[in-house]
Amino acid sequence: MVGSRLMRPDLQKSERLRQRIQELAGTDVGRCYQCGKCTGGCPLVEAMDFTPRQIMRLVNWGAEDEVLRCQTIWVCATCFTCTVRCPRQIKVAEVMEALRSLARREGVRSPARDILRFHRLFLAIVGRFGRLHELSLVMGYKVFTGRLFQDLGLGLQMFLRGKLSPVPERPGGARQLARIVSWWAERERKGGR
Amino acid sequence: MNSYLYYPGCSLAGTAREYGQSTLAVLRRLGCEIPELDDWTCCGASSAHSLDHRLGLALAARNLALAEAQGRGLLTPCAACYSRLAAAWHGVRQGGEVAEWLREILGRPLEGTFRPRSLLEFLVVEIGSHEIARQAGVPLDGLKVACYYGCLLSRPAEWAIDDADNPQLMDGLLEELGARAVPWAYKTECCGSFLALARTAVVFGLVERIVEAAREAGADCLVTACPMCQANLDMRQRRGRPPLPIFYFTQLVGVSLGLAPEVLGLDRHIIPGLPLLRERNLVSGPVGLRERLLR
Amino acid sequence: MKRVGVFLCWCGSNIAGVVDMDRLQAEVERMPGVVHVEQNKYTCSDPGQESIRRAIREHRLQRVVVAACSPRMHERTFRAMMRTAGLNPYLLEMANLREHCSWVHRDIDEATAKAVDLVRRAVFKVRLARPLQSGKVPITRRALVLGGGIAGIQAALDLADFGIPVVLVESSPSLGGRMAQLDKTFPTLDCSSCILTPKMVEVATHPSIRLLTYSEVESVEGYVGNFKVLVRRKARSVDEQRCTGCGECLSKCPAKVPSEFDLGLGTRGAIYVPFPQAVPNVPVIDRQSCLYFTRGRCRICQRACPAGAIDYQQEDRLESYEVGAIVVATGYDQFDPAAYGEYAYRASPNVITGLEFERLVSSTGPTGGRILTPGGGREPQRVVFIKCVGSRDEQRGASYCSKTCCMYVAKQAILLKEKLPRCEVYVFYMDVRAAGKDYEEFYLRAREMGVQYVRGRVARVFPHGDRLRIRAEDTLIGRRLELEADLVVLASAMVPRPDARQVARKLGIAANQHGFFSEAHPKLRPVETHTAGIFLAGAAQGPKDIPDSVAQAGAAASKAAALLSRQEMETEPVVAEVNEHWCSGCLRCARVCPYNAISEREIRVRTAAGVRTKTVATVNPGLCQGCGACAVACRDGAMNLAGFADQQVLAEVDALCL
Ligand SMILES: Cc1cc2nc3c(=O)[nH]c(=O)nc-3n(C[C@H](O)[C@H](O)[C@H](O)COP(=O)(O)OP(=O)(O)OC[C@H]3O[C@@H](n4cnc5c(N)ncnc54)[C@H](O)[C@@H]3O)c2cc1C
Ligand code: SF4
Ligand code: SF4
Ligand code: SF4
Ligand code: SF4
Ligand code: SF4
Repeated sequence: MVGSRLMRPDLQKSERLRQRIQELAGTDVGRCYQCGKCTGGCPLVEAMDFTPRQIMRLVNWGAEDEVLRCQTIWVCATCFTCTVRCPRQIKVAEVMEALRSLARREGVRSPARDILRFHRLFLAIVGRFGRLHELSLVMGYKVFTGRLFQDLGLGLQMFLRGKLSPVPERPGGARQLARIVSWWAERERKGGR
Repeated sequence: MNSYLYYPGCSLAGTAREYGQSTLAVLRRLGCEIPELDDWTCCGASSAHSLDHRLGLALAARNLALAEAQGRGLLTPCAACYSRLAAAWHGVRQGGEVAEWLREILGRPLEGTFRPRSLLEFLVVEIGSHEIARQAGVPLDGLKVACYYGCLLSRPAEWAIDDADNPQLMDGLLEELGARAVPWAYKTECCGSFLALARTAVVFGLVERIVEAAREAGADCLVTACPMCQANLDMRQRRGRPPLPIFYFTQLVGVSLGLAPEVLGLDRHIIPGLPLLRERNLVSGPVGLRERLLR
Repeated sequence: MKRVGVFLCWCGSNIAGVVDMDRLQAEVERMPGVVHVEQNKYTCSDPGQESIRRAIREHRLQRVVVAACSPRMHERTFRAMMRTAGLNPYLLEMANLREHCSWVHRDIDEATAKAVDLVRRAVFKVRLARPLQSGKVPITRRALVLGGGIAGIQAALDLADFGIPVVLVESSPSLGGRMAQLDKTFPTLDCSSCILTPKMVEVATHPSIRLLTYSEVESVEGYVGNFKVLVRRKARSVDEQRCTGCGECLSKCPAKVPSEFDLGLGTRGAIYVPFPQAVPNVPVIDRQSCLYFTRGRCRICQRACPAGAIDYQQEDRLESYEVGAIVVATGYDQFDPAAYGEYAYRASPNVITGLEFERLVSSTGPTGGRILTPGGGREPQRVVFIKCVGSRDEQRGASYCSKTCCMYVAKQAILLKEKLPRCEVYVFYMDVRAAGKDYEEFYLRAREMGVQYVRGRVARVFPHGDRLRIRAEDTLIGRRLELEADLVVLASAMVPRPDARQVARKLGIAANQHGFFSEAHPKLRPVETHTAGIFLAGAAQGPKDIPDSVAQAGAAASKAAALLSRQEMETEPVVAEVNEHWCSGCLRCARVCPYNAISEREIRVRTAAGVRTKTVATVNPGLCQGCGACAVACRDGAMNLAGFADQQVLAEVDALCL
């Protein structure tokens, strides 16, 4: 947490950031009046480093580094609870999504590496097979994070119930999906540099 | 009714097999043959849109475009798929630069002529609860259900199929079939979604609240319309109290229509659901092989 | 050609800072008919006006153009000046160089060119001006007050004290309005009915006030000074003259329905008085729930009544009143929080609104003033208030601040603490708006009594059995907060009554986007409407507390009294006129007139073939507001707006385009 960090207002920076979010999410964070209703209902706050309300505030301060580098945006489950309730009609969930997109495009190093891994693995699988193969995702994720044995019992249980199919399917459309995914991967790479 | 093509989504072939099984069985029993969309691909939930807004739209939109080319809309049981398909549909309908881009990267025409439908809405609104009840032979008498809709069917307003805080579609359907849908306040509280792996402790906490609230409301079980919800609720209940079984609503509809437990995949839950159904005399017949093995 | 004088005003530097006045003067001097031009620093000042008068004398001016600010600002001033200079006030034309030019432009050359155009237009028009005479109409010295809440009561009493006869029309069975439902009132905590009841009685007994309760206005016709109001007196089924108010009938009635006065927290019979102190203290039978009216059997109240006052045969009566002014004080409603699914107002009986809470603490309320949860009948251990429900929320309600709720929440929290000192009280707020004399101190008193103020808008209220779980963020530390409570009070916003727009239409007044009635000017004419002779008081015009409602009622009453203190009134001469020779009687004009000022009449005309009758349009100058719609609609060119004759308007166009 950076509660006591010195802040220097930079309205131009703030304007720019808000503008970019407006373009991606179609919503103006400048309208936020800091009521906290979004946060009160957010299921994941306990896993966040800034509350959703604080993210809105940081955006309005133009604190780009912090909002693109935080846990919050990655922990957000896109449940839309915040969006449907915001009295200022800010699309909070969409703002989170916009910030994630920005973070990826800027190649920002994220503290929520495990979640990112999960998503990237997911895309790797979908890009290759065209459909998600859950067993590959779960196994891959566990190898990456080193949490190999967590949930082992559960995995076995699922297997016994026929819930984990051992081999992936691969429809013909996989090729097209691969193209879309590589468009994104290309952009990621550019962002990374 | 044949204006739809069936979009099962990836989970229905794996972790949510019983949802796929029971959906097809129920549709067949009701006389709706809905052909599967040929060559469908993943809708991207929940990772694609988490990484990039456009990527998320594009993956889902491909399926919309395939169906549109055949003059049909998509019907999907999975709440996550529904949400992503609807988001893409909404994006296309909004037009502008995003819609242009989608057509370009897909290399296909796409106008968003057909709104995707969720299975729950289809059954309740197009077939009608009353009609289903008319065909049902086994009233779900004495079963107290807590209908759990999760996030993806109830939000955001642009494509929600029901109220954000107190949705009623599933309650109405199951009540019509004889069950008692308990009133409770956690119908649309988030279960933690894809974070079950990465933020397991938080998800345990969320699941606990939901299950506790259902129990407090007097429910025997929870009923969902989403593979992710079902998986989290089924696998992340804390030990201690006797767990509540988590059904797909199609499974209970199937029971009411007199379909066999194996056909409905009722033997595939982590928290066994069949004992409850047997106890209430809703399911009879011999105990199946898997059921016996996993007991 | 008429001799025109043009007076160019600097308005300090407001105009002269942007418009090159000397260049303007040089141009104006060349305009046709202009015999005199001069500049003044402040034309509206006394010396400024004097110099116009002098110029009129010295240069024998016949027409005057003042090029200054908006006519809304000073047209009256200069017209009055014209009269003192011996000229008809309507031989004046203003060119608006400030609002239309110098305030909205920066470039001196362009602004000057535009100023020249604006003055030329005025010069061309004024050359064709004719002197207009205003007429006189008599004024009916009687006022109608619509609504009998505190605002209507106050307005009626003030008017009556001026010696003006008042008709007070109240739609419910009793006077009192919302204030009668309140327990105690901020910031002094005096008991609401203790200060209200005497006023209600005074209204009922005042010789100059005719009180019509259980009555509604059917229609309003006429115009300022001369309104004709049709009032429907709904059938009470009880003879007001005979009833002694003994109350024998009330307890005998076997029907039980939710009481509107107690907002459904208590019950009443089919024959009822809304509350014990009601004025008049005469019951009314609600025919929808009366057993005799619905099933044809019962008549218990009739047997019970010692005065023979029950009259099942009574019918609605229509009465007509002539009044010179109308004060609208129809009040407000409370926002229905059902729109907030997340606050579980429908799902739990223990989630209530602020007004419901008033009934719960009131000693005349359903619990006799004991604070008990409606669901379980228990004394609450913990109560949570949620502010800004339906207000400051574009998603669920309206954007405006409802203004009174911060204070009434503080009041209710204090009352709770007084009655149940051990009860924990939490107030979730976004801002505390306590601007008013002694208000901040009152709010601080609540805090000092231990009321916990938490800054955050509550996200969700979950019913758990008959308790409630509240989730919010404490935004001051950025942590999530969860607590259980027995009672949740939603500070529901004050909103317009559902029939507000209908009432506005009936009266011909305007309402804002929310439905509150609009004043003529937010700062300078706060109690008048755009329709002459109709005034506003109380919460019908916007959220307001009692002190503000009373103050506004007094202001509305004195405005109305000022109008009614005259015997007759000058009419505005800028009205439509019919040229009966040209009028073909098609009455297109009548159809477009928004004020119903045009009717038809027969006239006799002499033609070559002899005398015959023909139909023509005729304008009631009292009703005509000079909008000019008819003049545009008339295909025969027979309808003209005085002061804006077709030739004048065309001359203006020529001045700008030729
Ligand atoms: C919960 C709550 C607590 C409050 N507490 C306080 C407090 O402690 N102190 C304070 O100063 N203020 C308080 N207020 C504000 C107070 O209620 C208002 O300021 C006041 O009641 C406004 O009076 P009014 O006469 O304008 O409107 P109302 O009280 O609404 O009266 C309007 C009257 O007009 C009648 N009417 C309506 N339409 C028609 C029609 N078409 N024809 C004829 N009659 C009609 C109605 O029946 C009603 O009798 C509180 C408000 C609320 C919601
Ligand atoms: S709910 Fe909306 S206005 Fe309130 S803090 Fe969140 S984003 Fe800001
Ligand atoms: S969308 Fe994200 S930020 Fe909003 S409530 Fe859900 S998890 Fe929290
Ligand atoms: S006649 Fe009607 S009002 Fe009178 S007592 Fe019977 S039900 Fe009540
Ligand atoms: S019993 Fe008769 S006199 Fe007494 S209050 Fe009722 S109606 Fe009036
Ligand atoms: S007065 Fe207070 S509670 Fe009411 S809307 Fe305004 S800020 Fe909110």
